[in-house]
Amino acid sequence: MSAIATEVKQRRVSLTGNDAAAEALRQANPDVVAAYPITPQTELMHAFAQFHADGRVDTELVLVESEHSAMSACVGASAAGARVATATSSQGYALMVEICYIAAAFRLPIIMPLVNRALSGPINIHCDHSDAMLARDTGWIQLWSENSQEAYDNTLMAFRIAEHPSVLTPIIVNLDGFILSHTGEVLDVLDDAAAKGFVGEYRPERALLDTDHPYSVGALFLPDNYYEARRQQQQAILDCVPVIEAVSREYAELAGRSYGLIEGYCLDDAELVMVGMGSTMGTAKVAVDELRAEGLRAGLLKLRLYRPFPGPQIVAAIRHAKAVAVMDRAISYGLDGGPLFHEVRSFAHNQTRAPFASYVYGLGGRDIIVDELKGIFRDLEAVSKGADASATRYIGVRE
Amino acid sequence: MSTKTEPYTWKTMPRGSVIPEAGNASGYRTGSWRTYRPVWNPKTCIHCLTCWILCPDSSIQAEGGKVKGIDYDHCKGCGICAHECPINTKLMAKEGLSDEERAKGKAITMVLESEAEKAE
Repeated sequence: MSAIATEVKQRRVSLTGNDAAAEALRQANPDVVAAYPITPQTELMHAFAQFHADGRVDTELVLVESEHSAMSACVGASAAGARVATATSSQGYALMVEICYIAAAFRLPIIMPLVNRALSGPINIHCDHSDAMLARDTGWIQLWSENSQEAYDNTLMAFRIAEHPSVLTPIIVNLDGFILSHTGEVLDVLDDAAAKGFVGEYRPERALLDTDHPYSVGALFLPDNYYEARRQQQQAILDCVPVIEAVSREYAELAGRSYGLIEGYCLDDAELVMVGMGSTMGTAKVAVDELRAEGLRAGLLKLRLYRPFPGPQIVAAIRHAKAVAVMDRAISYGLDGGPLFHEVRSFAHNQTRAPFASYVYGLGGRDIIVDELKGIFRDLEAVSKGADASATRYIGVRE
Repeated sequence: MSTKTEPYTWKTMPRGSVIPEAGNASGYRTGSWRTYRPVWNPKTCIHCLTCWILCPDSSIQAEGGKVKGIDYDHCKGCGICAHECPINTKLMAKEGLSDEERAKGKAITMVLESEAEKAE
């Protein structure tokens, strides 16, 4: 995110990440929200339920008995023609994932903040990105937030992106559990008129409640048609990038906060580049500042968009690096090297000779501090001078 | 979904895996899944339409309150029609009868598809 001048009225408020996302949902005023509580998302829907109880939204709030039911209700409501949102975390996401694939295949633009939390087992309620990695192949767009301001902005923009007539694809807005969701932060929120004007009204191209134009949703696709349906779905999510860029430009003009698919920090002349997602990228900016003061040419590339994967944009931004560290707050078990590491390096194949190293960190809410991030850049400096980059580095684990 | 006419390409397929026309399942022949075929006997049928009401695939053909036949393009051979056919319930209730003997009393009986094809 970067700031630009704007005229629109905004309120400077102190909100947690959960409250910030709930505020965006309130302003978007969905027709239907179906949700089930799970730590650390619970307070997000708690805040939204309070808006509902106070009559500040027109939403039909459906309190279901599980996340599987929550997503099923969202699919039904969205197919009926409603603007729909929900939110979840970790195990709740795992329980709804069966229906998430279906929501994407049916091209239902459901909006879902995912308050990132480690997946069991062993059971743990704290932040990592294993739930987002479980979401990776479902066909949902994924936006990522470094702080609560971004969680709010991304959630508002998510409605415009998902509901765009050429996109019609559900969207996840990731925000780190507890680190963002439960931490107070000062941020600017649009006044209601500006936010509502930006989000606009959702006019579905098809709605099951439009009984004058009947059609069927959820039919069986046998080997003669399933492949074509999935091929089309893949093109649709790949093609949504220009819409994300256009919506983000429009939002920047309105709110004065500018978002790309990726964000560079001290990147243009950086020799040692760190690539990652989520709140740790904020901490890494401090590490970059301190290392720059020491004369080390450190830089950062943060992904705002993870699906569709902005591989060519990432590679174009890091081609000049002497060494690249890719940060993963998740493990793909049985695959040596983090999942983001493999995706970034795969796109960089034949594009750069710089060595890539995989850094896993922060599983189950394990803290990561500025000194550790500086240590990663120092390790990367050694890699750039020929040190072995092949072994996955597990940052902060007790050896 | 039905592809009676030109098959969809991935570019022409309706978005969201929907079927844009209502009620086109009749154009999609799904009867080939069948293992057992229901065979209807018009001589013993009393046209109570129990089979017509209960068939999950609307495959009992009826007209003017009378059973006319079975739609083998869509019948999956589940056997509900034969099971529920109430003809000769006294015979059905009699103990000591083989399944074959019980089936004799029905207006619809289930026959192995391969044997029904041979008989054709």
